[in-house]
Amino acid sequence: MHMADALLSPGTGVLMWVASCAVMSVAARRVQQRADDRMMPLMGMLGAFVFAAQMVNFSIPGTGSSGHLGGGLLLAILLGPHAAFVVVASVLTVQALFFADGGLLALGANMFNLGVLPCYLAYPLVYRPLAGRSPGPRRAAFATLLAAVLALQLGALAVVLQTVASGISSLPASAFLGLMLPIHLAIGVVEGLATAALVGFLRRARPELLDISASGMAADRRQLLLPLTLAAALTGGVLSWFASTQPDGLEWSVARVAGTALPAAPSQELHAALDGVQQRLAWLPDYALAAAAAPEPAQEHAAPAAWPEVNAVTTVAGLVGGAATFALVMLIGLFLRRRRARH
Amino acid sequence: MSRLAAALQDLRALDSLALRETALARRDPRAKLAVTLCFIVTVLSFGRYQVAALLPLALFPAVLSAQAQVPGRVLRRTLWLASPFALMVGLANPWFDRTPMLALGGIELGAGWVSFGSILLRVTLTVSATVVLLGSTGMHALCVGLSRLGVPRVFTAQLLFLQRYVHVLAEEALRISTAHRLRAAPGRRLPLSLYASLMGQLLLRAFDRAARVHQAMLARGFDGELRIVEDWRWQRADTLFVGLWCGYFALARAVDLPLALGRLITNVWA
Repeated sequence: MHMADALLSPGTGVLMWVASCAVMSVAARRVQQRADDRMMPLMGMLGAFVFAAQMVNFSIPGTGSSGHLGGGLLLAILLGPHAAFVVVASVLTVQALFFADGGLLALGANMFNLGVLPCYLAYPLVYRPLAGRSPGPRRAAFATLLAAVLALQLGALAVVLQTVASGISSLPASAFLGLMLPIHLAIGVVEGLATAALVGFLRRARPELLDISASGMAADRRQLLLPLTLAAALTGGVLSWFASTQPDGLEWSVARVAGTALPAAPSQELHAALDGVQQRLAWLPDYALAAAAAPEPAQEHAAPAAWPEVNAVTTVAGLVGGAATFALVMLIGLFLRRRRARH
Repeated sequence: MSRLAAALQDLRALDSLALRETALARRDPRAKLAVTLCFIVTVLSFGRYQVAALLPLALFPAVLSAQAQVPGRVLRRTLWLASPFALMVGLANPWFDRTPMLALGGIELGAGWVSFGSILLRVTLTVSATVVLLGSTGMHALCVGLSRLGVPRVFTAQLLFLQRYVHVLAEEALRISTAHRLRAAPGRRLPLSLYASLMGQLLLRAFDRAARVHQAMLARGFDGELRIVEDWRWQRADTLFVGLWCGYFALARAVDLPLALGRLITNVWA
């Protein structure tokens, strides 16, 4: 569903615009670098196709209702992620301008939800690995269905987060999620079916047309950098809010056995010394600010913390942790590569 | 009329509106874009329970739609279609937010109703501003303005191509859809297998058309770079346009004008 201006605050809207503009500049540059001037009219035509196809409904097998194609995943399969994002963004712009579907400020959010998520997360991380180079019809259909469902679930989650962050609607996050996620599961299945049907038709009729995306995307591991970075940022920065506030298996077991949530302070010298070092080094202890993370005695009937625990410090902890892990892995990789080169 | 046919009609109507010679059409598209965005941000920056304070901002779409001669029915139709999602979510507000806020006569109005009213007003204002922007500017001028503002040429070219060919493909889709409806039993929807072959045919035709368009472009000397004709120059009137409107928005945001006016009137009376 398209996000609307009326539910957005300027801060959230501008933030989503900045994110979408950043992705757009990358996507536009990659399309330009391809230096294939067939792409220009093809992108326009396929955008027009998606626009028109969105208005034609088909009946969903098994139920009495009808659905229509979204198009983000189809475009990614046909054109590759960068060109697909540009096309989706243009279709959304025309919809916002001519049909007031969404709004000008919400356009940034819509480009992110309906463009970045299918093209840069669902397609490279789900469809490509599952489908491979030239999949059979069953495998392709399965990959498409899974990718579409994931893309729409992520999109629904994004809409809920943007609405809650804006604060204009009084709908609580849990109720909103409970409504949006199941509905978009159904929509995702519909999208997957429609996309799989169209791609299957194309594969039977003119399989060479499906190679346009393949020719644009060389088997380059760097292609995964943007999607994986995005996935890591989303998981560390946003999905961490949804972490369970209940104690994990080990903490629960310790509490049952020892009677307290945390074990007693270490008595041995080495253990105490190492513990002291860790306390000094940890500047985000327990993924929170030091003042707030003072250990509390285990309470039997403690009131459950608010869920999702929307907390800027958790986001910072998640992002910093992710970045630090990445830097460490890069350093180790560089070190190993230099060692191998020397021998 | 089917959704597709209605959408095509709207596209044509708004396109042709922008081609007319009106006072607003002469303004630089960058100025109009900047002022519209400033307007939308101002509207959305109000608190969730502010309703009356938003009303002075309605002057902007009112004046501009008069200057651009946008017909009332186009405005009304777009408002009617706009943002069912926002309204549905907004309707949850009276349900979840019941702290009493207003007392009118004997009736107590919850805060949720006030914020719902605010959402309604926001939808009306933002949608009217968008319609007026397009009705007075047109896609070509808008793309010129966007590319001058630094938007990548790949995207503005894509917008122009899309707008050019959406009519062609939407009409074909309409013909396919009508052909099916005429041959199918009444009320019978398009099954998925049939959808795949019909829309698949449209997709194949889209690919072939794109190849023909590419050949035609090459035959006319296309060298890979799309040059957009730009004949707008920033004038003093544009600076005045931006300055006056943004100043008004700042005033309406800083001062609760309806409240001030109300106080003035009651003081004069009393």
